[in-house]
Amino acid sequence: MNPGTILLVEDNPDDVALTLRALKSNNITNEVVVAQDGAKALDYLFGTDGSGPVGRELPAVVLLDLKLPKVTGMEVLQRIRGDEATRLLPVVILTSSDEERDVLEGYSLGANSYVRKPVDFVEFTQAAKQLGLYWLLMNRAPPVPRRP
Amino acid sequence: MALRDWPIKQKLTAMLVLLSGLILLLTSVALAGYQYWSLRQATRDALSVRARILAANSTAVLAFSNEADARELLSALRADPHIVAAVLYDKGGHVFAAYPADVARDAVPAAPGPDGYRFDGGLLIGFQPVEEAGSQRLGTLYLASDLKAIDDTVRLSGVIGLAVMAVALLAAYLLSTILQGTIAQPILALAETAKAVSTRQDYSVRAPQLGADELGVLTDAFNQMLGRIQDQDRAMRENAVQLEQRVADRTLELQERNESLRRNAAELLAANAELDAFAYSVSHDLRAPLRSIDGFSQMLLEDYTAQLDEAGQDSLKRVRAATQRMGILIDDLLKLARVTRAEIRAEVVDLSDMARDIAAELQRATPERLVEFAITPHLQARGDPRLLRVVLDNLLRNSWKYTTKQPRPRVEFGAIDGNGERAFMVRDNGAGFDMKYADKLFGVFQRLHSAAEFEGTGVGLATVRRIINRHGGRIWAEGAVDQGATFYFTL
Repeated sequence: MNPGTILLVEDNPDDVALTLRALKSNNITNEVVVAQDGAKALDYLFGTDGSGPVGRELPAVVLLDLKLPKVTGMEVLQRIRGDEATRLLPVVILTSSDEERDVLEGYSLGANSYVRKPVDFVEFTQAAKQLGLYWLLMNRAPPVPRRP
Repeated sequence: MALRDWPIKQKLTAMLVLLSGLILLLTSVALAGYQYWSLRQATRDALSVRARILAANSTAVLAFSNEADARELLSALRADPHIVAAVLYDKGGHVFAAYPADVARDAVPAAPGPDGYRFDGGLLIGFQPVEEAGSQRLGTLYLASDLKAIDDTVRLSGVIGLAVMAVALLAAYLLSTILQGTIAQPILALAETAKAVSTRQDYSVRAPQLGADELGVLTDAFNQMLGRIQDQDRAMRENAVQLEQRVADRTLELQERNESLRRNAAELLAANAELDAFAYSVSHDLRAPLRSIDGFSQMLLEDYTAQLDEAGQDSLKRVRAATQRMGILIDDLLKLARVTRAEIRAEVVDLSDMARDIAAELQRATPERLVEFAITPHLQARGDPRLLRVVLDNLLRNSWKYTTKQPRPRVEFGAIDGNGERAFMVRDNGAGFDMKYADKLFGVFQRLHSAAEFEGTGVGLATVRRIINRHGGRIWAEGAVDQGATFYFTL
């Protein structure tokens, strides 16, 4: 299991609880960092003054909701893809929206994957398991860029 | 300037004057000619008579060769100033006596010529034989007269003639100037009127009618024509005015309609945009709480199985079922809304291929069910491929669903032609429906079966109908309970 952290960017506390539960019930024990809005997510990744990634490693994967207060999911994605240090960071969009234009925009901005959150919790747990297995186990994470 | 371009007045006057001149000339010439000729005859006769008289009187002098008397006899010719010379020849043809006495020898002929009178050079000469009655010839008398008398007379008559001609021509000219008016005036008046009409476009003028002859008839006809033209012109102008008015009215109408259409279009766009935003927020905001309800209910079931009895667990299960159903309903409603605002791209679509794809998908999704599909190949239609796929997907999925209870399920896709149009049809031999409720089939959330019998939200057919309507087609269904259903649609 990849020891990396999972950055969960999600504003709905219920969804946070359910996601954590789903991950746990699938024995995914990685540390999950929760950012409740886009700004906090960016702070985590780039430091509070936006100077650059803080002195810890980047997460192994970012689970990104789209509808966030302050800074939206798409904007976060743009920022991540725009910075050399985080350009290759795996981002999975995890959202309720099924709108074609969101899927299109997500992939256009460079998301690695787009998953629609199902209402059915059992399905949701399944999805979480598959996501975890794939991104933390099967997927070879991109190399971490050397810091100057 | 060519003759035909002369003004009519001049033409008529010239004609009359020329004609009169010609007549006068011919008459004068004829008369003068005759006069000349008869004058010459008269002169010759007179000379002949004189010669004869003189000859008769000269017999004695010649018989007796009396020169002195002969001379005296001849000198009597003094009386006639026109006699130029006279000679008496004796028998032998020698000059016996001459008159005038001093006449030059070469002015008179040396010997007598042939008898008779003739015009020779500018003189009238004659040789008259002198003879005793019935006996031998005694000699010849030669007389020579000048023609001054004739010339004078002719000259005089010529002058008179010319004078008369001049006066006559003048009179002709004056008369013709007056008379040509009777012809020229109506013509000029007509010409004036015509010019006035064409330059001023004034159809109210009329040519004055100056007589009842052919010109009068012409003028009358011309005036009638003008009258008709005037009427037509007036009618035309009125029509034009009316037409313009109508055009202006219609333009105004069109403008107003355009305005209202524009407003409608703007409103529709605004409404669509609102719908867009609404649908978008629904898909997020409504589903999240559902997720929570379902999720935490499940957690309760998992974590507190020991503390919950049958009934409790059942309740939670129902909670979950209801929540999930709501999620599906929301999704279906969103699909319906999307269909209404989607753009239609018109392409030629192979419906048979599409149906085959969907059938294969259905078979793959539930391999344990074996359904016989009869799909007529090469059925094409014009429409939006994505929306048409939704139609076929819904209809085939319905057929698939409602034949679950059939031992030998069969789904057909084909087309029938009739009344000049083609209708596509999807038929199954499944549960069917009572034709009494046929008009409820396509209502939103309307179902003819309970959820226990067949799952579904009742939105599928409403979506299908909306898509068919957007393609300008119709959809209808026939069926009987437990005998299957057939859905027909046109595009």
